[in-house]
Amino acid sequence: MKTFAPILIVVVALAAIPLMVHSNVLLNFLVVALMIALAGQGWNILGGYGGQYSFGHAAFFGTGAYVTAVLQVRYGINAWIAFMLGILGGALVGAVIGALSFRSGLRGSYFALVTLAFAEVLRIVASVAPITGAGVGTLVKLDLSFAALQFESRAAFYWVILTLVAIALVITHVLERSRFGAWLIAIRENEDAAMALGVDTTAVKLGAMVISAAMTAAAGCFYTQYFLFVDSGIAYGTWMSIEALLTPIIGGIGTLFGPLLGALTVRMLGEIARSVTGDAPGLDLVVFGCVLILVVWFMPRGLAGAVADLARHLRRPKHVSATREMSRG
Amino acid sequence: MLSPTILLSAILNGLLTGAVYALVALGLTLIYGVLHIINFAHGALLTAAMFTAYFAFKTVGLDPYVAVFLLTPIFFFLGYALQRFVIGPASHGDDRNMLLITLGLAVIIENTLLFAFRADTRTIELPYAFATINLGFTFLAVPRLLGLIAALIVAATLWLMMNRTDVGRAIRAVAKEKLGAELVGIDVAHVYAVTFGFGTACIAVAACLLIPSYYVNPTAGNAFVLIAFTIVVLGGMGSVPGALIGGLVTGVAESLSGLFLGESLGQIGIFLTFIIVLLVRPRGLFGARA
Amino acid sequence: MAEPLLVVKDVSRHFGGLQAVSHVSLTVHQGCITALIGPNGAGKTTLFAMISGFLKPSGGTIRFCGEDITGEPPHRLARRGIARTFQIVQPFSGLSVCDNIRVGAHLHYRSRDEAGRVANEVGREVNLGAMLDRPANTLTIAGRKRLELARALATRPKLLLLDEVLAGLNPSEIREIVPLIRGLRERGITILMIEHVMQAVMSLADKVFVLAEGRIIAEGTPPQVATDLSVIEAYLGRGAAMRLGAGHVR
Repeated sequence: MKTFAPILIVVVALAAIPLMVHSNVLLNFLVVALMIALAGQGWNILGGYGGQYSFGHAAFFGTGAYVTAVLQVRYGINAWIAFMLGILGGALVGAVIGALSFRSGLRGSYFALVTLAFAEVLRIVASVAPITGAGVGTLVKLDLSFAALQFESRAAFYWVILTLVAIALVITHVLERSRFGAWLIAIRENEDAAMALGVDTTAVKLGAMVISAAMTAAAGCFYTQYFLFVDSGIAYGTWMSIEALLTPIIGGIGTLFGPLLGALTVRMLGEIARSVTGDAPGLDLVVFGCVLILVVWFMPRGLAGAVADLARHLRRPKHVSATREMSRG
Repeated sequence: MLSPTILLSAILNGLLTGAVYALVALGLTLIYGVLHIINFAHGALLTAAMFTAYFAFKTVGLDPYVAVFLLTPIFFFLGYALQRFVIGPASHGDDRNMLLITLGLAVIIENTLLFAFRADTRTIELPYAFATINLGFTFLAVPRLLGLIAALIVAATLWLMMNRTDVGRAIRAVAKEKLGAELVGIDVAHVYAVTFGFGTACIAVAACLLIPSYYVNPTAGNAFVLIAFTIVVLGGMGSVPGALIGGLVTGVAESLSGLFLGESLGQIGIFLTFIIVLLVRPRGLFGARA
Repeated sequence: MAEPLLVVKDVSRHFGGLQAVSHVSLTVHQGCITALIGPNGAGKTTLFAMISGFLKPSGGTIRFCGEDITGEPPHRLARRGIARTFQIVQPFSGLSVCDNIRVGAHLHYRSRDEAGRVANEVGREVNLGAMLDRPANTLTIAGRKRLELARALATRPKLLLLDEVLAGLNPSEIREIVPLIRGLRERGITILMIEHVMQAVMSLADKVFVLAEGRIIAEGTPPQVATDLSVIEAYLGRGAAMRLGAGHVR
């Protein structure tokens, strides 16, 4: 139980922010950062703990976003239910892609490629299918009521996304300490050795994929409720696939708070880039690309890893925690 | 409903398009065959090469078919430098890191172009760009026919290089058994860089051939990258003849699915082929075990 | 006599045109240490891969505890009680020694604490007690071999497949590990080992099978096999037995 204390502290601290700060700009920044953190938290389960790098996580984000939007707009379904179904839809897509990929034994580059391809297929289909509004996209009607999961105050949205992030953190931590988690990490480290020790690697990877997809889909569902508009580029575009992997890598791949740290950092970098150069399109992504390369090159364990290294230097070198090391000597 | 003429025309045009796809794929398959990673920066590099060819034409009036002789060595050295000084050192030898680094490069290149040149689509106009050869039942565009010829020449050159030269032998040694090659004194980092250089050189050739009949914008390369991946997987990772044949087959597949499903869904034919091949026979038609 | 624990019957495996293993039959009895020896390229590792589920045989059957296990995947075999080590050690390098072993323990223990306790126990058994909290990639090669062993032991196997566990160890390290392996037999664990270190084979094995060019060319107790003509020729070349002296005839 006490191992959950860090999560509690972080969540409570974050929850207190809207009580002290009233700037809409800051709150908006935090809302978006938390949404990206949630998407990254999802990627981290499969990529960070499981070592399977997906380059197409937008497939789940977009499915969550579209399902939530379309169910409300075309079928009049209640927003909260549409939200849940959106998460379910994302999980389903994850199950399908995972089943197809892992049963065929796809690993490494091939897996990254196939996920990229699936996301692209979904994007193209969404850009022409009438149900998603094709090129025009889907607009959700403004209805500032609790029942419609829309709020007047930004703080309310903030607490919603924070709750989702908190749930994701708890799920991740439970996973970290469970047998399933130990198996998943073993697969990341050495899949063949894991098999020899009795790990059903296909089943475990599939399970991780479903959890991962559900989390990222939740971020997509939230996107719909917050921005009230979604189209194929927003839903399934590569920007989200990149942000979903960028945030855990920068923050600390395979760690609990990595995605959160990474999301805040990435968003801050984006803001700085934008303030320096105006609204020129593309520059923030250039910065992200550079940061990705620099982090992989010089700080493979991300910010969380760097902090852990620092802490270890200051402490007596007695207990060595088995944190993830990406560079092999 | 669909006359054999239309079908044949679609197939022929698919072959021509496929030839250029094959050129792009040749570079990718070479890099995969030797470095064993998928170069996610391939599409962005293609876009960069296309922009270079475009501006060479716009500023000094350099004809793309002439520019190709200049751009190819330049891009060879660019690729060499990228692998030798960025990708190699940054990955610390881990394949997964290499994926991320090439992805990062792709993002940087593509968005730098976007930032510098906006998203506008540009084209160049060559006086003979619309020249066609009349085959009686259909017309074949001259630039694309040149593309087919160039693809065959490049493929043949690559094959000769790999099988008849010392450099090629070193490359094949490293591809097969890196540790062994190192032990006999081959400079693996250099070989990797040379291979990457050849890969980007192929991109430069493809870019110059595409420019007369294709548009250029910061995401133009992306349209080709997934197609190139499909070809490489279909033809077999690391196989030069596989990339050539795979390219032609993919071109025809796209042309036919465009015919039956309409333009916008034509691309889907490619991705679905890609996914199916990956799932069913990942080593493709000619490749070694994945 | 009870049915043998492992019965490999007429097993073959080819890769394209290459016949790696050809109609091999062998039996392993409960509580014995059985050795599989042979010159390099004989097909020993291929045979191991088939017994441990990493390769499907092209022909023949494998029975374990009376049940047909031919072609079953590794994780299913682990649950049945077949564990293996790898010739080239495969530690989970980013994890601590204890966490490495814990993965094996999790096969039978769901809770993290219980599996951790078992991992500690097993770690101490193989003399890695002092290193439990260290990262696995700080171990020496001897340590890594012991880690391989510990991981496999944590799955509580009935049959332990050791793939050249002594390779790369110096004589004093070998002297340390041999009693460990003997101790496993005392505990009732059956062992099938591929080995090149002959002194260990001679002192440990109850029965030896000799594989050459994909076929079993001899079987018997260590002394029997050591004086077998065909075995000598397989290792030293045609006519070597003659050259060494006609006295060595079976």
